[in-house]
Order: sequence, then structure tokens, then C-alpha cells
Amino acid sequence: MAILEVRNVSKRFGGLQALDDVNLSVEEGSIHAIIGPNGAGKSTLLNCFVGRLMPDTGTVLFQGKSLLGKKPHEINQLGVSRVFQTPEIFTDLTILENVMIAAFAKRDGAFSFNLFGRVKKETEIRDTAEKILHDVGLKEQLTHSASAMSRGDKRRLELAMCLSQDPKLLLLDEPTAGMARADTNATIDLLKEISATHNITKVIIEHDMHVVFSLADKISVLAQGTVIVEDKPENIKGNPKVKEAYLGEAEGE
Amino acid sequence: MDAVFLQFLNGLDKGSAYALIALGLTLIFGTLGVVNFAHGALFMIGAFCAVVMRKILTLESVVLSTTEKTPWGDAKEIRTPYIETWFGDVGTTMIEYSVIFSIFFAIPVMMFIGVVMERGLIKHFYKRPHADQILVTFGLAIVLQEVIKAWFGANPIPQPAPASLTGSVDVGIWLGMTAESLVYPLWRLIYFAFSAIIIACTFAFLQLTTYGMVVRAGMADRETVGLLGIDIDKRFTFMFGLAAVITGLAGVMYTPILSPNYTLGMDFLVLCFVVVVVGGMGSLPGAVVAGFLLGILQSFAAMNEVKAILPGIDQIIIYLVAVIVLMTRPRGLMGRKGVMED
Amino acid sequence: MFANLKNNDKLIMLGFTIMVFAGPIILAPFGAGYPDLLQRFAIFGIFAIGFNILFGLTGYLSFGHAAFLGVGSYSAMWMFKLLTMNVIPALILSVIISALFSVVIGYMSLRRSGIYFSILTLAFAQMSYNLAYSVFTPVTNGETGLQLRLQDARILDAVNTSGSLPSPSLFGLKLSATTVVEAFGMRFQFNWGFYFCAIVLIIMFYISLRIFRSPFGLMLRAVKTNQNRLNYTGINTRPYTLGAFVISGVYAGLAGALLVCTDPLAGAERMQWTASGEVVLMTILGGAGTLIGPVIGAGAIKYAENIFSKINDTVLEGYFAFMPETISDFFVFIVSPFVGEGWHLMLGLIFMLVVTFLPGGLVEGATRITGWIVSLGKKSKSVDANGSTEAAE
Repeated sequence: MAILEVRNVSKRFGGLQALDDVNLSVEEGSIHAIIGPNGAGKSTLLNCFVGRLMPDTGTVLFQGKSLLGKKPHEINQLGVSRVFQTPEIFTDLTILENVMIAAFAKRDGAFSFNLFGRVKKETEIRDTAEKILHDVGLKEQLTHSASAMSRGDKRRLELAMCLSQDPKLLLLDEPTAGMARADTNATIDLLKEISATHNITKVIIEHDMHVVFSLADKISVLAQGTVIVEDKPENIKGNPKVKEAYLGEAEGE
Repeated sequence: MDAVFLQFLNGLDKGSAYALIALGLTLIFGTLGVVNFAHGALFMIGAFCAVVMRKILTLESVVLSTTEKTPWGDAKEIRTPYIETWFGDVGTTMIEYSVIFSIFFAIPVMMFIGVVMERGLIKHFYKRPHADQILVTFGLAIVLQEVIKAWFGANPIPQPAPASLTGSVDVGIWLGMTAESLVYPLWRLIYFAFSAIIIACTFAFLQLTTYGMVVRAGMADRETVGLLGIDIDKRFTFMFGLAAVITGLAGVMYTPILSPNYTLGMDFLVLCFVVVVVGGMGSLPGAVVAGFLLGILQSFAAMNEVKAILPGIDQIIIYLVAVIVLMTRPRGLMGRKGVMED
Repeated sequence: MFANLKNNDKLIMLGFTIMVFAGPIILAPFGAGYPDLLQRFAIFGIFAIGFNILFGLTGYLSFGHAAFLGVGSYSAMWMFKLLTMNVIPALILSVIISALFSVVIGYMSLRRSGIYFSILTLAFAQMSYNLAYSVFTPVTNGETGLQLRLQDARILDAVNTSGSLPSPSLFGLKLSATTVVEAFGMRFQFNWGFYFCAIVLIIMFYISLRIFRSPFGLMLRAVKTNQNRLNYTGINTRPYTLGAFVISGVYAGLAGALLVCTDPLAGAERMQWTASGEVVLMTILGGAGTLIGPVIGAGAIKYAENIFSKINDTVLEGYFAFMPETISDFFVFIVSPFVGEGWHLMLGLIFMLVVTFLPGGLVEGATRITGWIVSLGKKSKSVDANGSTEAAE
């Protein structure tokens, strides 16, 4: 069954057709990668899933319900979590508090006027947070400030925040962007581990093809605003259309 | 109709002051990205430049008279400004026109103050959050205000306009109306003309000179311009000085209209921030347009006919406009999208 | 050990309560032990604690909170005029009215953030201030300020036959009553008005402490750090910030009501934007985002205002009398612009220095100094340890 369905989505910025009649469907429980060269419209598409952008035409359905016009927090409350290109965390807070906030959002909803509760006494929330942090392999002192962490650890923390909400769908926006090879590999391993322990549908937006081949069950290749190919990773590799999209001019010479 | 036109004219002088101050504030915003709460203080310092200049020109020699006596029987003091002793009638004329001379005095003084402020304090706050910039410049505004108060006292110091320029002009006649139907103080017209010239010069400088072009490019993209090997920081320091000069001159020329007082800065600060917001943060034409617009609106709101329908509107009109603009169009009338928005 | 102390809420509350109740004794040697000033410490402490819940936790810098202070004052005065001189109804009404005001102003202002938010609050506050002076004169009595009058209704109070104005009381206990104790060569003044304000201060401090420790407070701190992430984490930030805004508005209203409980006169000048600036100064000076900082900041500024503004040249000459005359004249000349009439100059300078070098305020300063001392202690210990290992080798 498809958990996320994108139907005929188009988006135009002035003279630029960023998305042109995109159709996609993400199977529940799968890891679906959306790849494409720079400027193919990947980020635009993602922003249509999370409530930041409104497509000109078409619909985005999550479990049969439209996501369009919903605010980011409403979409998250439906069970869609996202990871940003550069890790977005609460740098002034401790590592543990970062994850606890996500867990609170899951338990108490978008707003709760919990003025006199004590964060300290929320043992359940704390235990969940600690367990998840252990799962993603964050070995730092949990009561330390999150500001001094390495980029890789910030990515782990951000993932932990998403996982603590037990989302139905996890959106990953170029999770390895700007990383060195070793860090990239570590991130891929981490994502594999998580997939093994947490059965969460994932959509990975990626520029780097190699990252997704070992992870994805299915790959959609986006070029110039449209899906040119949608297939299993092994079939994508040799596909001439994909080669052309990526290499373009180089092929022509 | 005449009444409406008179209100329009009445709004012009206030509007001119708003436009000049807001122009200075926007230059600082646009070039340096700094929210300067000490900007009102610059206006006040400008006004006190006029006070200082007049004091200097009227320094007096005191001679005890041998013939005349005071009612108490002491020898009467004869006070003669040195400048009259030295230059005779020319000296008298100089005192007469002290406001005009103050302009030439204020330009280097304001430039100096602006550069010192930028180099000494503001530059350390480029990378700090806007809240910190607001707070530190707010502190500076208090300091400047208190320094002026310590030197010049708490009372307003009236500054007369030159006698030949204090009269009124019958604007009505120029516009083909009956005589005496529309009389307007001459100095206010001069103030309007003066600010129009300053505004025109500023825009010409930014649009027509290479220096201005580089600064505008720097406003749009500081780093790239820096990469071209141009020392943009130095130019921005100069721009801060220029903004201080513009604001200071607005203060100098405003002294005959409103006697300078140490609270002048804080009084105008809130108003000119409102003007900048209404015009659109970072938009120079916006600041000018909004300055005149709000000045004129304020003057219309003060009409008895308007007050009869909306009591108290004259007190709040500016703030009301600011709230409405911010609610419906946060980028202001002419601002670019996304400036200073989080 | 310090960390434990810092996080033990019961100890914090105990220490705070003792300090506040002993205020008249502790501060007497500093010349600050008189009721009028002590009341101001407590009242502006409440104002700053409330402001800190908004600014310190969420980072939203409001330049219009004095408006709520003024609204609180006017509401309390009207309760005194119409109903009774008992302070309890006055406090209740001021809380309700200031809450209503802050809901409306907060709802609109919080649609924008950053400097736009600051300007919106400034605009609203200036509107309230200007209207209080003009159109709302029937309610505010304009420039004269709202005062008690003999012919006021006061329907719950017994008919006043004394011919003098009544004063605010707590169930018959006059707040102006003061017990003076002379001991150790000093005068200690225990004033009911102060103790009433002190109790309110302690309650409000406790509420603020609980907010700091609550999930609600955690969300507010998250708003300050990264509002975008919070939205994508499923939190609707608007009600949180509005909640903080209204809470801080109520604190301000309560402070305004207490001002007229101790001195029954409400003027519009306390709503001016520079008065809003003052509470910003207090919070920053003490330490925004810290629990105790705002109280310290409010105390420091009110103390400085009362003490330094009373120092004039004659007093200064007394201070420097031990020096030769020319030198003492020089010192008087240097110092005098900063005290007396000009104490604001010093305030502005200190504030600039704090924002520039000590963004965490006095509390951060104190923490740094303790940290420095502790690390010195540790260093000497570790040197010892190294020394002994070397000796062993």
C-alpha cells in the first residue's frame, strides 16, 4: 500500500518550471530514494511534502489524506518527521533535552499548557530519549550542551529526535551533503542500522547516487522537474536515461 | 480645500524631518545590517551642534560701563560679542545666520561622531544578534542623552531662525488663490527645500558615483564585493558617517522649529523606526516616501474635522499605520521580502 | 556541590524567601532599608521576573511591557475608588485586565518576529500611552494622574468620616504601617506594605521557577534556539509564545497594581516606552534567561537610582574631603556627572559594558568568578597530585 502519493504536482517560480507533473508513490515500509542532478527540483518537491511550499497543481496524499495547506507542525503530528540538509537542532539545550522535546511533541501534541509539570520527573520521556540516543550511537555526555558536537554527531542527534517520535514516514534531505567520505559511510551504516531496528518508511532525497544504491528499495530519478525513471537500484545503474540526466553534456561530447 | 492644502503643507516640514532621519537610519540598516537605537541621539546631537555654534558666535566680552548704572547702582555690564568687535556688521550678520553656519560646523562633527561610533562600538556587533544591537545602541542613546543633559541642562534652548527668514509667505498667491488665504512660515518651506536637496544629493551620490555603486553592490552582497578586492568595510564606515551627517543636518535645521532639548533623540527615535518599518526595512526610497507620508498623515489627523469623527486619532495615527502595515505587509511599502525576517 | 545547590528548587526557594524577608535587616547598613525603596525592589523584581519569562526564555524582545504595568495600576486604582481600599480585589482586577490587554496585543504582535515584533510592541505601548493622556482622560485623569478622592464611592467600605483620604489595606491592616526597631545603632523598619509585596514576589518567583522547570518552559527555550526545528518537530509555537507573553503581561499588571497599593497614584508616564526600556535594562543587567538574575537586576537599578541620584556635589566633596583640595575638586569634577541628576549616564554606561562584555549579566559574572575560583582550587590540587606522582617516579 502506498503511504505517500504524489499526483500531478507542478510548481513554477516565475519563468522556471521547477516541478512538471511529478507522480510518485512510496510503498509503506520501503526506503524510497529520490535522486537527480543539481537543480532537478528535489528540494522543491520535499518542501511540498512538509508544508513549506504550495504546489500550483496536483496533490500530495499521506495515508490518503492531503498534506497541502497544512502547517509544518500539523504534518509532523500526522507522523511525518524530517531531517534537514544541515542538521537543525536546539544548540542552546542539552543533548537529552533535544530529544525530550521531540518525545514531548509526540506525547502531548502540538500544544500543551503544561505549566507546572516538571521535566525532571518525566521519567518515561527521559527513558525513551536515552534509549533512542543509545540506538543512534551517540556516546557523548547527554547533559552536555548540543552546541559543541561534531557535524556527524549533530546528524545522529537529529535522527534521534525524529526516531523518538516513532514517525510513519521519515524524510531525509541529503543526509550526507557536505560530508567527507568516511562520514558519509558512517551515516549510511547508521541509516542501515536504524532500518534494521525501526521499521519506518523513508524517503531519501539525494544528489550522490552512490549513497542510495546500498540503501534504497526503489529509486525515482528526477530531472528537470519530472520523474524520468522509477525502478529498483540495480536497474537504475545501467539505465541510459539516468546517465544522460547526470552526465548530460559530457555524454554529448 | 485651502484647509486641506494647508494641512498638506504643515505635514511637509515634519515629513521632511522624518524622511531625513529615516534615510539615515536606513543607510545604516542597509549597509551594515545594524539596528541602531542611538539614531535619535544623532538627530539630537545635530540640533545641539546648532546650539554650540551659536554659543561660539555669541561669545561676549564684558566691560563695565563707566557712565551707565544698573538700577541697583552698580556699574552696568556692556556685553559685546567678540565677533561684532572684530567684524562689525558682518559679525552681527554671522550671529544672525548662525543656523546656516551650524551646517558647516555640523558636517565634520557628525562625520567624526559617526565614524567613532562605528569603529568604536557598532563594528563589534555585526555578528551579534539584532537584540544585542538594539540593546547596546539603546544604552548608547541613554549615554549620549545624559551627556547632552549634563552639558546643556534639561531645558529647551530656543534657537531663532535668521530674522529675514522668520516671516511667512503667502503660498496662496503663488498658486493663484486669493491673497492671505494660505500663509505659511518661510522657515518651514526652507526646511522642506533643504531636505529635498539633501535627499537628492544622497540618491545622486549612491546612483551616479562609482563609490556609491560599490556601496550599493555591497548592500546587496557584501561578501562578493569583498572578494573583488574592494575594502568594503572602509566604505561602510564612511556610510555610517554619512548617515550621521544626514541625520545631524536634519537636526540642525530643525532647531528654529523645535527648540533642542535632551529628550529630542528619544522622542524622534520611535517615530523614525516606525517610518522605516512602514517604508520597508532597507529601502531608501521607502524611507523617504514613508517619512513624508506619515508627516502629512499626522498633520491631517490633527485637523479638528477629523478629530471630531475619531477622537484621539492625532495621538496614535503613526503607530496605527505602523501596526496595520506590519500586520498586512511586513516588508513595508517598498521593502524587499525577507529583510530582517527570521 | 554547587551544581546540586543550583538545581535544588527547595533550597533555592528557602534561600530566596529568607533573603527577601530579611531584606529590611540586610539592606539597612547599605542605606536601602527604608520601606519605599524596599517596596520598589519587590515590585520591580516582579516586573522583571515576568519580563524574563518572555524575553529570557523565548528571546522575543518586547519594548512595550510598561503598558501592562500602567494598565494594572489604573485597574487597581479604579477598584480602590469604586469598591474598597482592600488590595485583594484591586490585584484580581488588575490581573484580569492586564491579561486581556496582553492577549490582544500579544496575539497581533507575535505574528511577527525579531525586530518587527519589537516595533509592534513599541507601537502598541505608545498608542496606549498617548491615548491615556488624551482620549481616555475620563479613565486615566490625564496628566494629573488618577488619585483617590474623598467623594469616591467605595461601596464596600464603611462611610469615611475622618475627612482624610483612606489608604490601601489588607483586610483592615494598613499597608503603610511601619514598625521601627532600633538596634546595633541602626534603624530597622518593618513595613506591612513591603511584606505584602514580598509575599507576592515570593509567590511569583515560585511560579517562574516552576515554569522554568516545566515542559512548557523547555518549549519556550526551544523557541529561542530554533523555532524552525520546533515547528518541524510538531510543535505549534504560536500558543507557546502567546502564553509566555500573557504570563509576562500579567506579572507586569500585578507589579503595576502593587505600585498603587503602596502609593495610590497612577500616572501615564509609567507607560512610556522608556519605562519599558527600563525593565529590559533590569533583565539584561541581572542576566536574561536566569532565574534570579532579573530580581538582582531590578534591585541593582532601583538601588542605584535611589542612592546615586541623591548624591550631589556637596556629598561628593564630603567623600573626597580626605584629599588635598585641588585633587578632591578634580575627583568631584570627574564623578559628579555620573551621580545625582546624571545617574542615568552611569546606568547607560554600565548597561553598554554589560551587553558588550557580559551578555549573561551579573549572574554570568558571578558564575564566571566562582568558576574561576573553583578552577584555581582544582589547579592547585592537580599540581599537588602531579607533584606526588613525579616524586613517586
